[in-house]
Amino acid sequence: MRDIWGMIGRRLLLGLLTLFVISVVIFGATELLPGDLARELLGQSATEETLAALRDQLGLNDPAPLRYWHWLTGAIQGDFGVSMATKKPIADLVGARLGNTLFLALYAAALSVPLSLALGVMAALWRNSVFDRASNALALTSISFPEFFVAYILVLWLAQSGLFPSMVRITPATTFGDRLYMAFLPALTLTLVVTAHMMRMTRAAIINLLASPYIEMARLKGMSPLRVVLRHAVPNALAPIINVVALNLAYLITGVVVVEVVFVYPGLGQLMVDAVTNRDIAVVQAIALIFAAAYVLLNLIADVLSTVTNPRLMHRR
Amino acid sequence: MSETSAKPVLLTMRGIRIDGRSEDTWSPIIKGVDLTLRKGEVIGLIGESGAGKSTLGLAAMGFTRDGCRISGGTIDFDGIDLMKAPEAERRALRGKRIAYVAQSAAASFNPAHRLIDQYCEAPVQHGVMSREKAEADAVELYRRMRLPNPEEIGFRYPHQVSGGQLQRAMTAMAMSCRPDLIIFDEPTTALDVTTQIEVLAAIRDIVAQFDTAAIYITHDLAVVAQMADRIKVLLRGDEVEEADTRTMLRAPKEDYTKSLWAVRSYARPVQPPVTTGVPVVSVQNVTAGYGAADVLKNIGFDIHARRTVAVVGESGSGKSTAARVITGLLPPRQGRILFDGQPLPADYRQRSRDQLRQAQMIYQMADTALNPKLRLRELIGRPAEMYLGLKGKALTERIRDLLRLIELEPDRFIDRLPSELSGGQKQRIGIARALAAEPRFIICDEVTSALDQLVAEGILKLLDRIQSEFNLAYMFITHDLATVKAIADEVVVMQNGRVVEQGPKEEMFQPPHDPYTELLLSSVPEMDPDWLTRLLAERAAKREGQG
Repeated sequence: MRDIWGMIGRRLLLGLLTLFVISVVIFGATELLPGDLARELLGQSATEETLAALRDQLGLNDPAPLRYWHWLTGAIQGDFGVSMATKKPIADLVGARLGNTLFLALYAAALSVPLSLALGVMAALWRNSVFDRASNALALTSISFPEFFVAYILVLWLAQSGLFPSMVRITPATTFGDRLYMAFLPALTLTLVVTAHMMRMTRAAIINLLASPYIEMARLKGMSPLRVVLRHAVPNALAPIINVVALNLAYLITGVVVVEVVFVYPGLGQLMVDAVTNRDIAVVQAIALIFAAAYVLLNLIADVLSTVTNPRLMHRR
Repeated sequence: MSETSAKPVLLTMRGIRIDGRSEDTWSPIIKGVDLTLRKGEVIGLIGESGAGKSTLGLAAMGFTRDGCRISGGTIDFDGIDLMKAPEAERRALRGKRIAYVAQSAAASFNPAHRLIDQYCEAPVQHGVMSREKAEADAVELYRRMRLPNPEEIGFRYPHQVSGGQLQRAMTAMAMSCRPDLIIFDEPTTALDVTTQIEVLAAIRDIVAQFDTAAIYITHDLAVVAQMADRIKVLLRGDEVEEADTRTMLRAPKEDYTKSLWAVRSYARPVQPPVTTGVPVVSVQNVTAGYGAADVLKNIGFDIHARRTVAVVGESGSGKSTAARVITGLLPPRQGRILFDGQPLPADYRQRSRDQLRQAQMIYQMADTALNPKLRLRELIGRPAEMYLGLKGKALTERIRDLLRLIELEPDRFIDRLPSELSGGQKQRIGIARALAAEPRFIICDEVTSALDQLVAEGILKLLDRIQSEFNLAYMFITHDLATVKAIADEVVVMQNGRVVEQGPKEEMFQPPHDPYTELLLSSVPEMDPDWLTRLLAERAAKREGQG
């Protein structure tokens, strides 16, 4: 067990280092963007003097490393600065949106993870059967269409008839049940998009093990096919399954831009699109950093879980 | 034997035919074999690989591997027709009344669960006993199988237990529901001789105690002689003959059986001892290891031209590590390797191409040592091209010569892939590839242990012939003392990374021995069916004498 805490500590440090590198990349990339923020804010009619004054006020004349340092130290304390477009603190702006995005991601995960694991196990159990082929074909079809297409098809089928709303309006007063109801279509879209990947990996990881001598042993002990798969194959297939689930969860947080735009869902993705349109660089930087952190954190959790579920790593000789 | 012939019949298999699918056609694996087994009786199934021993053994459980099917015959287990019974009924028998012990316990225990969980699975799932009772029972059987710490060992994971102990734990697991029949599928083949004795003794005792019938599958005649009441010989899916063990050993009827018996008598002529000359390879005071631990502790030996030095010892004794040091894959912490009296750089990356050429290796698993995507032309041609700079016609001619040397017809074989060869032929390609570099020294790492005895004998004879033809020095790593007897001039016995004894073969097989060499030698099974009983009695007497 002491090994595990040591490993978690090392991985956390490594994750922080990764985040630091990413922050440099994000800052550098936004530096490279063309255009003058002062002119963007004041418009074409501004005089050189007012522009210079504004640049001075925003600190745009400082050297890049210094501005990076200010940005980073602020970000660590939760202060991402002020949005250029709305003049509000970015932390407030992002905070509410982050909550909405996480809600949608968890919602979609709660639908897609159990569904894809169950489908994957069943497909492995009845491999090469009609069920296997049908579920495979369906999953591949849904992953092959672009997200916005899947979203519009769902709108056509489920929103036109008035069953579910095609636009999501969430206010602080919205109840949990209403949120679930309103976010159903975006969550379903995301589920359709990520299920194939997880299901196929689960199926492949299990089938890969079915030729193992210990699986034959379990069958020769008279165990039922379901028990052979669930008790003997799945525990040994956990590492690849955990990793593909983590990757897809990260995607649910960071890759939802299109779906949020289609359903006008007030999440981070939509905020990012707006910020890019408005050249609100500080907001773009903040969101990019949050997305990166989500990836790093989920991968860290996946690594730890893969280790914890492997007795060879947990119980040394 | 006589007392079992009065017992009721437990298993009757009649005219069993089993097919295996290759590509889109079914080809026969078992071609109409009969088998009758009485309660409490042990029958030995012997034959080379591909004879269908395991397939027949599994069929006794009404089970076939994926890609196989039982196409004919009847299987009657204690009044139940296993061919007609629904799958659920057969499943209810498996693990409960018919159990299976696999060849590699290390691979057949699920790495994700503790031993005791796997032990309790069958009794609890089949409703034979409660979990608590099964756990108590496990400890009792672990004790009977003479496992160390029987109360505690079940709570370990498979990777925390040694191979010999796992094999005994698996036998205990097979016993968990007190089955009427156990199929033992080569249960000691993967073990060292010293470990094998303990497992054999434990299996024999427990089978006798519970009056369990058994089908004992092996390719080792001396082992089957200790375990079985009757022996059935199989060859390519057909029965050759069947008789009770003593009759079979004393007077085999068929030529094939006689040829199996005869293999063990092969030995190459004794060579005059070397007294002078610089050894081709000299290992001097080598200490080496991985991580913090030393695997080799100050070992040293010489290998002369035209001599075979056999390095023997159990797994973990450091034999293969010694080979890695000589080839430069593992630079030693101390000591050095001399080649023709000249020190070799410790790391292979610092050795010249010519130094690399001089020392070649032949591996245990020819299957994995040959690139499956390359044709023999490329497999053998690559070293000839790389080391000797041969090209075009000269290269082709060289490849053809090498193929002729290993007794494979060049026209038929030169464009084949490894998958189109038998196990013995693959190992011959391994030899040809080593020879292609025109080396002076070859390390043979367990080259015959994955092969059947008849095939192995052919490989040993080939190696012998090539040695005298090209003046080669061999380092022959093996755990099989029969192979040592057959091919070695000198023997180096290793234990826990040290050389415990070395010298000419004739001296090594004559007493007095180092105690460890004595243990190794006495552990090699003999054809005498009373050998195991006698040996165990001798060892027990010795222990009492000491205690």
